[in-house]
Amino acid sequence: MNWEGDIIGQTGLQFYGKTAASLSHEIKNALAIMNENAGLMEDFVAMSEGGAPIDPGRLKSLAAKVIKQIRRADGIVATMNRFAHSVDESEKDVDLHELVDFVVTLSRRLAFMGGVTLEPRRGRSPVTITTNPFFLQNLISLCLDFAVGAAGSGKTIGLAAEETADGSLVRFTGVEAVAELPVGTFPGEREKRLLEALRGRMSLDAEAGELILTLSRDMDEAGAQP
Amino acid sequence: MRVLLVDDEIELVSALAERLSLRGIEADWASTCHDALTQVESKTFDIAVLDVKMPKMSGLELKKKLQGKCPHLKFIFVTGHGSGDYFQAALSDAGTAYYLVKPLQIETLIDKMNQALKA
Repeated sequence: MNWEGDIIGQTGLQFYGKTAASLSHEIKNALAIMNENAGLMEDFVAMSEGGAPIDPGRLKSLAAKVIKQIRRADGIVATMNRFAHSVDESEKDVDLHELVDFVVTLSRRLAFMGGVTLEPRRGRSPVTITTNPFFLQNLISLCLDFAVGAAGSGKTIGLAAEETADGSLVRFTGVEAVAELPVGTFPGEREKRLLEALRGRMSLDAEAGELILTLSRDMDEAGAQP
Repeated sequence: MRVLLVDDEIELVSALAERLSLRGIEADWASTCHDALTQVESKTFDIAVLDVKMPKMSGLELKKKLQGKCPHLKFIFVTGHGSGDYFQAALSDAGTAYYLVKPLQIETLIDKMNQALKA
């Protein structure tokens, strides 16, 4: 695969940095909750040393809260690790359902901060394509950024991967507000370069409130058309 | 001293409120900006401890709205990371004395609250 130039490199680094910052922020929150619950346990023990009775049920409840946050942080670290390894191969067979679900996992917190809920709708059969996983994650993330911004607080963005006759598509629903945006706002230069690299194209259906990302079955297939 | 703690992580803010209460500080908490704005209408607080990054409204935006309702309220910002745009914005808004990074040390928080009230 050919290196597509600085724009793809820059947007990839921005995506990597933004995602790492968001995930590490979530880990910080988990650590902060562990810190306060462990602190409460310390407080109760200190009070018991002064003669106050200690409630074993309360200690058990605090320990359970700490364990819950350890599991939460462990899950976030597993996500970070999987994300880091997504740059390992520049071309790979992927199940589009799984890739979309993973980008939703990476983006859920940032969407939540904007008051938007992400709702992936998983099909029964895998939709396998040959692609650059990191570039495609980046492109779907940029589409989500756009969709979240266009939808606004309180809305739900749906995502669904579908097989087509000569490839696949990712459908983003709930973006009715695109009708109000100036023509040519999206896709921008970053998205266009990624689309070119992935042999994809993008269309907006303002009436249906949908953004559709169409992808070829194999990004390197000679003469492949999305 | 009566403090209002605001953070969308309920398990964090409720545990912190309990720890402050054990130290003789009246502490209430809210997990949404809307709840925080509602609480200040029915109770009087001396200081608000705000998470900088919250859904729908940032801690900085919430501070402005709370100030509109309670001009004498003092503020401390709390964040996950001591870096980035939000950090710089909150730093310039609050001053370094009133900005804390998670996980919190409870004695440091109490010191900062006392400093903020004396300022």
